[in-house]
Amino acid sequence: MIKKLAVYLREFSRDAWLAPMFILLEVGCEMIQPLIMAKMIDEGINGTAGLPFILRCGAALILLACCSLFFGVRSSRHCATATQGFGRNLRGALFRKIQTFSFNDIDRFSSASLITRLTNDVNTMQMTLGMALRMMVRTPIQLVAAFVICLSMNARLTIVLAVALPTMVAVVTVIMRKSRQLFVTFQERIDGLNDTVQENLVAIRVVKAFVRAEYEKEKFRKANDKLRDAGISVAEHMIAVFPVMMIVLQLSTIAVYWFGSGFIAEGTMLTGELSSYIGYISQVLMSVFMVSNSLRMATRAVACGNRILEVLETEPDITDGDAAELPAQKGSIEFRNVSFKYRSGTGDDVLHDVSFTVEPGQFVAIMGGTGTGKSSLVNLIPRFYDVTEGQILVDGMDVRDYPVKALRSRIGMVLQNNVLFSGTIRENLLWGKPDATEEEMIEAARDAQAEEFILRQPDGYDTFLEQGGVNVSGGQKQRLCIARAMLRHPSILILDDSTSAVDTVTEAAIRESFHKNLKDTSVIIIAQRISSVESADKIIILDDDHIVAEGTHEELLESSPIYQEIYQSQKEGVISNG
Amino acid sequence: MPPQGAPGGPEGAQPTGKYSRGRLNTPQRGHGGGPGGRGGRMVTKPKDTKKTIARLVTYVTHDKLKIAFIFFLVILSSVTRVGATYITRPIVNTLTLLRDDPMLRVKQLAGYLVLLLAVHLFSTVCSYFQEITMARLAHRGAHKLRGELFDKLQQLPLSYFDAHTHGELMSRFTNDADSVQMCLEQTVINLISSLMTFISVIAMMFVTGWKLFPVTALTIFATMYVVSKRGKKSQVLFRKQHAALGEMNGNIQEMIEGLKVVKAFTHEDEANAEFAELNENYFQVSKDANYYGQSIMPFTGNIGNIGYAVTAMVGGFLVATTGYDVGALVTYLNYSRQVSQPINQMSQQVNTILSALAGAERIFAIMDMEPEIDEGKVTMVNVEERDGELHEVEQRTGSWAWKVPQEDGSAALVPVRGDVHLNNVVFSYVPGVPILKGVSFYAKPGQKLAFVGSTGAGKTTISNLINRFYEIDSGEISYDGINITDIRKDDLRRATAMVLQDTHLFTGTVMDNIRYGRLDATDEECIAAAKTANAHSFIRRLPDGYQTMVTGDGANLSQGQRQLLAIARAAVAAPPVLVLDEATSSIDTRTERLIEKGLDGLMAGRTVFVIAHRLSTVRNSNCIVVIEHGEIQEKGDHAELLDFHGRYYMLYTGQLILD
Repeated sequence: MIKKLAVYLREFSRDAWLAPMFILLEVGCEMIQPLIMAKMIDEGINGTAGLPFILRCGAALILLACCSLFFGVRSSRHCATATQGFGRNLRGALFRKIQTFSFNDIDRFSSASLITRLTNDVNTMQMTLGMALRMMVRTPIQLVAAFVICLSMNARLTIVLAVALPTMVAVVTVIMRKSRQLFVTFQERIDGLNDTVQENLVAIRVVKAFVRAEYEKEKFRKANDKLRDAGISVAEHMIAVFPVMMIVLQLSTIAVYWFGSGFIAEGTMLTGELSSYIGYISQVLMSVFMVSNSLRMATRAVACGNRILEVLETEPDITDGDAAELPAQKGSIEFRNVSFKYRSGTGDDVLHDVSFTVEPGQFVAIMGGTGTGKSSLVNLIPRFYDVTEGQILVDGMDVRDYPVKALRSRIGMVLQNNVLFSGTIRENLLWGKPDATEEEMIEAARDAQAEEFILRQPDGYDTFLEQGGVNVSGGQKQRLCIARAMLRHPSILILDDSTSAVDTVTEAAIRESFHKNLKDTSVIIIAQRISSVESADKIIILDDDHIVAEGTHEELLESSPIYQEIYQSQKEGVISNG
Repeated sequence: MPPQGAPGGPEGAQPTGKYSRGRLNTPQRGHGGGPGGRGGRMVTKPKDTKKTIARLVTYVTHDKLKIAFIFFLVILSSVTRVGATYITRPIVNTLTLLRDDPMLRVKQLAGYLVLLLAVHLFSTVCSYFQEITMARLAHRGAHKLRGELFDKLQQLPLSYFDAHTHGELMSRFTNDADSVQMCLEQTVINLISSLMTFISVIAMMFVTGWKLFPVTALTIFATMYVVSKRGKKSQVLFRKQHAALGEMNGNIQEMIEGLKVVKAFTHEDEANAEFAELNENYFQVSKDANYYGQSIMPFTGNIGNIGYAVTAMVGGFLVATTGYDVGALVTYLNYSRQVSQPINQMSQQVNTILSALAGAERIFAIMDMEPEIDEGKVTMVNVEERDGELHEVEQRTGSWAWKVPQEDGSAALVPVRGDVHLNNVVFSYVPGVPILKGVSFYAKPGQKLAFVGSTGAGKTTISNLINRFYEIDSGEISYDGINITDIRKDDLRRATAMVLQDTHLFTGTVMDNIRYGRLDATDEECIAAAKTANAHSFIRRLPDGYQTMVTGDGANLSQGQRQLLAIARAAVAAPPVLVLDEATSSIDTRTERLIEKGLDGLMAGRTVFVIAHRLSTVRNSNCIVVIEHGEIQEKGDHAELLDFHGRYYMLYTGQLILD
């Protein structure tokens, strides 16, 4: 994993090397300091070397501090650059990778999870790198160096460490291990509480309509209690580490004083040495604590790293075709024995052996009950998904032979769950065609019956749409999405149940403008209303996973029982009263 | 700065906390919280700091005794910790004499060491108890805060939820409550302890060597200068970084959620370019911000070291010239190491405190919102008819009455029949932009009333007003002759069941979800309701039937199935008035016909309001109300309206007119 992720650090490899190098130097300065202090006390203050020696030592200490400051600041600089640069590169690579994802991949990961990976997971990796650059160099060096110095100063006294160190490691390990499960529980409880709140907020109208505030409060109270209890037990464990560590440290100090005083009495050790010895010993023990902390963070980073790699290593299953020459844009579509199932689905065919053709300029409607595969069918045309069996031809060529972009630029698509983006209405419409002129844009808006309400907005076309267009109504949003697609002047226009929130009169007007202004465009619509499909050149009825009927309104009224039934249910009033 | 970890502080500074709380994956919590930036932990300056602190403190001070206990322990532990260092003086002094008198080791040193150990242990035990008590208080405080916040949210009017995104409200529970808890848990103790340590170290320094103090004072000033200067600079940078992060994360959220549209419009290159720019911008700001944040540590540390060296030199001079004792010097030197620590620690708390206060302020702002108005006195009670008169009873009888308090203290019982009148109702969501301009109509008990009109004409609004989700500007709405403002809101809503266009289900079994309509319904009643709504057959085919878990707002069910469950939920409530707001819009017309049969059973004897743009749904209503631009244009039954050849006729025949 480290190898794979290290690629994103390469650009900043100089910083990534310099940061620990400077830290190394900084630690070096820090380690020498107590040695000089000891000399200063033993030979200068206690001993006979006198004031000049003290001053020399002092000057050396100041010099060391200055060096250490310089190294420290430099390492901060390089560390910041390396970690943030790594983050930028990793994030950029992830984002670009996700842009190549097929709908299958998007479904598999879910957008919420992709967002988490791009934000939190990258952050964690970044923080871990920062920690690695600093701690993972500093702590082991400190530990080893302090240990070596202790040994060299007084090997016998180091026995104290031989007892203290394992005790410390054991205690910390036990507590950490015990707290791991508690952390998991804690995290689950946080999620539980969030889910409760989220659900409540989303369904607040239902809660209020059914007067369930008390019930919801009770639900929240339970989740909240659980979270508090988990939080407290995590805190209790974590807090327990500290006194244990301190007690080991204090006992060691006392032991060093006691045994050290024996050596001083013998004359084999000096007072100053003993003082610095205590300094080093506490460094050793503190390092152990730091290491254990770093390890815990590292385990978390491994999980995040794997999640990121999972995205990076996904090979998009839809890749450019290699047709050298593209057919002229006409707008013809042909389905040849197409079967399709979702990779993440249950394994049943969503579409089975579907064949039909759309001639250039035709208006084709698709009807069918919930879950009969209408949306799946149209999603296959711009190759959002690949067929499982069979073949789809656009302008006479298999869609898999097109470069994906070339294929999709022929198609204007209004998705069922369509979104607008933060920005002005103008910016959103121009998504369809970035270089469209003002006239083209206004024309598209007019054709989609959106102009009237756009002009009623405070700033007209420059009205800012909040995220996802929350400040326009459902029907208005659909019309904007249609305008966006129409602005593309595609040879194929697909509307997936995109007029459900638009009233019949407006919808008829939109259809009318298709007839008038998009004569050469093949239009495919999915709809529920008979009035939406009546004027189609061809109506395709899906049932279960296949086509059960195909023909014009009149033909189907003659031959298709399902169509008749739908018609009756929607139209009988007109016929009896008409 | 990422949302986790010390807010706004340098990443590397984290281990200074005594125990670094492994807030594993904190930011992963919640879907609505939004990643990092949006609503993330903003280091914005709180507005009225004093008031917020005072109010926040009440969340941990309900147990005064414990707080006093903690304060006592904090003072005790910091003073004894400083005191322990002082014991170094006699110890070192004894050590210097050991060469000449080895017996001192047992006679004096042993005693000092035992004392040192005792003081250390005491201090450690004190800090353990103070921390554990504080942690408990903090978690309980945060618990209380979250609880009150949630309770308050339930009381707020719908208009509040319209104006605030879920992400925004979620982040009150996640980021804000979290930063408050962290602050309570760590900062309070830390501040007091740092302050106490600082004061007692200074005091002890005076005791051990006042002559050396000028050096220390200089060191302290230098440290403070650097901390405040660099700190200010890094705060400015961190704020910039936060803004850049917010922008970048906002873009991530939008582009990933809209990824399918991006791909439909082959907008990948533009999306990549836009993101690259934001990413680069964030990198430029964050690398400086982090550098500044991190570089404070080496500065304070090394200024301390220089101070230490100078103190040692001056002290050495004093020992050589004035007979100042070595033990005192070593002790003083130890203190001079300790003195800059509290400054460092306090400065690191600043960001935690600021972000906690800002978070608390945002939470309190919600708590201070006006709750839904509910001054109604009329309640709904179960009644039983005996001897031709209504009598209030405890148990559910299936018939209800309004209990209207009379002036003389008694109460009149008015049967709940579902007679709804709207009289010249004017309503606006935004003042000055009326949605309904003087709407009047009535629905007699048992009638089916349908609303038809274009999107945004005000159909849904009417149904929301009958339930009193919103307050009307003028006019009157009455229910069985009682103005709805006189009816207790809960009872008014209990008298009405709604099936909304956006069906929302809750985590739990299918059975639980149906029972949401009436909590005391038996399994049999729920199943009967499911049968009424024609949901029974699909439920039976689910893997665990009625015990199938519904997760994530019913993501494992199709839209149509969810709507069937929502209808069953309303059916089990079985109130006198039913509102169906586009309840069947996601169901194909064939299935709809099946449901209609069930609905017919449910609607019998009830007043029903139907909102639909699919006219087949409204055809058999007693009265169809055509609304355009907030005004009623036509009213009548299907046949009448078709004869009228007006708007309804146009809508109904759709393209015929336009052709």
